Amino acid sequence: MAKPNALSSASLPYLLTAPGVILFFTMVLAPLLLTLLLSFYGFDSIAGIKAGFSLSNYWLVFSDEYFHSIFLRTFWVAGLTTLICILLGAPEAYVLSRMAKPWRSIFLIVILGPLLVSVVVRAFGWSMLLSANGLINSTLVWLGFAPFKLLYTTGAIVVALVHVMLPFMVIPVWTSLQRLDPTVAQAALSLNASPSTVLRRIVLPQVLPGILSGSLIVFGLSASAFAIPGLLGGRRLKVVATTVYDEFLGSLNWPLGASIAIILLLANLLIMLSYNRILERKYSRTLG
Amino acid sequence: MRNNGPVSLIFHALIVAFVLAPLLVVCLVAFTPEDTLSLPTHGVSLRWFKAIFEHPDFVQSFYNSLLLALLSATLSLCVALPAGLAIGRLSFAGRDFLNALFLSPLIIPTLVLGVALMRLFASMGVSGSFGWLVVAHVVVISPYVLRLVLAAVVGMDKSAEHAAQSLGAGPWTVFRRITLPMILPGITGGWLLAFINSFDELTMSIFVTTPATVTLPVRMYMYATESIDPMMASVSALMILITGVAMLILDRVYGLDKVLIGQQG
Repeated sequence: MAKPNALSSASLPYLLTAPGVILFFTMVLAPLLLTLLLSFYGFDSIAGIKAGFSLSNYWLVFSDEYFHSIFLRTFWVAGLTTLICILLGAPEAYVLSRMAKPWRSIFLIVILGPLLVSVVVRAFGWSMLLSANGLINSTLVWLGFAPFKLLYTTGAIVVALVHVMLPFMVIPVWTSLQRLDPTVAQAALSLNASPSTVLRRIVLPQVLPGILSGSLIVFGLSASAFAIPGLLGGRRLKVVATTVYDEFLGSLNWPLGASIAIILLLANLLIMLSYNRILERKYSRTLG
Repeated sequence: MRNNGPVSLIFHALIVAFVLAPLLVVCLVAFTPEDTLSLPTHGVSLRWFKAIFEHPDFVQSFYNSLLLALLSATLSLCVALPAGLAIGRLSFAGRDFLNALFLSPLIIPTLVLGVALMRLFASMGVSGSFGWLVVAHVVVISPYVLRLVLAAVVGMDKSAEHAAQSLGAGPWTVFRRITLPMILPGITGGWLLAFINSFDELTMSIFVTTPATVTLPVRMYMYATESIDPMMASVSALMILITGVAMLILDRVYGLDKVLIGQQG
């Protein structure tokens, strides 16, 4: 038999997770810490980055009108995207859940499959559909209307973001629909409730956690989105992500870019935390 | 359950059309014989596919992305498989923390990770290194492998293992001949998912690549912000093809709908 307990069972889990721990501490925690420190440094367009400790970057972001408009636009776009995703994604998940077996899997793959296609390809596809001589405008012209400016607008960003984020809403709503107990709905129907009442008073309350979960994911991802605003918003419509890119790779003002990135990270963490908090409160109410 | 009425089905058809529209347009425009973005109404041509091979920077980026995806998917398996086994089967102090840590790249915006890693690499002086780019990708795609490995490990029927142990098999033999084959679909599925995600990765890679190590999505993004010609469509069509093939294999090995639904759950 093998050597008795060369690896004692107590240290086995730590040995197994060691590669991951080393990787994540050096490649996630350490860089984030470095970035946090970087955000406190100063910057001079001639002298470059100066080490130090100052809150001037954060002060600039919070007080300057330019950054206000960027953050406002980012959250407005993210909020609108989330709302549309709820209105389209939740009913779609419901329709999918009521499909017969072969169709259900097929359409699940059709709706969710684009997740596995690179975001560049999808953004480019939308820029082709929405451009001045793209498909939509060509159809409008052919029907006798004047072409619309569709590309490089906030609307273009929202449409493409909805396209990318829809699966992230469908998945959690689908998951909560799967956990639904069909006998409750059947009981309600047998008591003479109309299908719409069943939908409103039985299905909807139980699907709400899924909608909430999806909303937070969609909002967080939309607020951090880079490729779609970059390709479809043009140079004038900046969002947080493209602004970070400009500071880091354009102006080379790394400290300022770092501070905006940290703010974005904190916003995302806040969203995740609030979701956990809301869930806890909801369940503590129902469970007494 | 009752089937869907006509209104629901029309709504569903519109959603499907919405979801497929940009991908279909890209695939159609890729075959246009014209000089500008247009549908191939007057004939079909492969000129824009040939044009890709006249752009050595695109060909190079394709090889970069392919090699990067192969290496990072394999290395992420080396990290996520043991971690998944430990987290899924053993109970130990810090397990929940490590689980959250290993899944954290899913919550941290890839933009922030990209910027942070760019900062790290600059201070280490390794900015142009392909090896460190691989490591960066491993970090970002490991959560996908971990999730599938965890699902396979936790959902596994342990009675076969117990039977083998009771027949005198040592722990390594049990692992090699019982456990591993049973979780193999999860491992292979995880590898494929990691490969696809690495191949597609854009936002983090924009910050971490240099002109020597540019990947295909980054190259496409740079190109698309400057000029838009049908070659972008043909490159995109090829990417869709590669992704489609990977998805087919993933479906065979694991089940595509299972993977996609499990993505956020």
